Amino acid sequence: MEPLVTFCLRMGDTTLILGQQTAAWCGHAPVLEEDIAFANMGLDLIGQTQLWYEIAAQTEGKGRTPDDLAFFRTERQFLNAQLVERPNTDFAHALMRQYLFDAWHLPMQEALCDSGHEAIRDLAQKSVKEVRYHIDRSRDLIVRLGDGSDESRAKMQAALDALWPYAADLMATDEVEAALADQGVLPGLDRVRRAFDAETAATLDRATLTIPENGHARTGGRTGIHTETMGYILAEMQSVPRTFPDARW
Amino acid sequence: MRPDTDTVRDWLGEVPDPEIPAISVVDLGIVRDVAWENDTLVVDVTPTYAGCPATLVIALDIETALRERGIDKIDVRRKMSPAWSTDWISAEGRQKLLDYGIAPPQLNAANCAGMLSAQTAACPQCGSENTEAIAARGSTPCKAQFRCRDCREPFDYFKAI
Repeated sequence: MEPLVTFCLRMGDTTLILGQQTAAWCGHAPVLEEDIAFANMGLDLIGQTQLWYEIAAQTEGKGRTPDDLAFFRTERQFLNAQLVERPNTDFAHALMRQYLFDAWHLPMQEALCDSGHEAIRDLAQKSVKEVRYHIDRSRDLIVRLGDGSDESRAKMQAALDALWPYAADLMATDEVEAALADQGVLPGLDRVRRAFDAETAATLDRATLTIPENGHARTGGRTGIHTETMGYILAEMQSVPRTFPDARW
Repeated sequence: MRPDTDTVRDWLGEVPDPEIPAISVVDLGIVRDVAWENDTLVVDVTPTYAGCPATLVIALDIETALRERGIDKIDVRRKMSPAWSTDWISAEGRQKLLDYGIAPPQLNAANCAGMLSAQTAACPQCGSENTEAIAARGSTPCKAQFRCRDCREPFDYFKAI
């Protein structure tokens, strides 16, 4: 696969799976405002997915549509970071997953605003405005619940302990990113990692939470290796189009 | 006979936004260009939010409105760049939002977008500026929920972006 197609799928699959996971909170979040917030952020992410898949499909030139890419690929063909497929265990896990994703997504989109690839630059300049609102909310909640009651703090720390090892997969790169960096498509990748480290260090400190120091890191999503939850997510997300592949509305 | 593009813009000024029908797609600032390419009328529309479910409906509504005016070759194109800003909402659009009960977005969005704490809204009911944000998201992705500390009414605020 061309590096550009692989990269667009890595980005689009990550926003799609998080959008799907986030949408599952609709009707279940602890308060109405956060229920609406998760549903709306899921919409933003799925909208951004559409843009990534359009670039992937056009570059690939095989006539596949964004819907084909979302609904008719199998688990090993999905290139999302493992972080976003981690389960909706509780509200703390969902928030921490969102925050760690946002802490990477914002600097990533900011870097892509200078991409030499026109469609990617347009996508980033659009998305970055939405992503700023995403981290504005998740950062605020991480601090309020981390530096909150004993119970909320314990839940947030448990979520951080469980999810921190997966943050590495957001920033995992290989020859795909290297090739695109050489072409000027993917500028400033080194800044993304530094921005993520600075953001999480400052915010988690304010939240009185401790970053686990065991050095454990889980990667593999970018090459199609997933955790035990991924199959269930795809089964639910893809069941209708796979059952009725020609259905239209 | 081919209507001139100013006339077409006037017609589009009557096409309501599907989510906030108080204002039109022209008021919203998402109709970026109207032009004839040979016998086809090309309308460039920029999406508000990438995932706004109204985007497809807007394209369909524009096409339907123009067909009713007798134009049959229409190409509604999505224009991604430059990205839409709430600064593009017209003065009339801002007034219509206010009349509808939605506080219009703070101007100069580039200075405050993405940071709800940097934005203030006057209560659309009583005009008081003594208001507070309740939640960063409202009934649609583009709005936040506020509350007036004086008249105690909750209201929607159209976030600057």
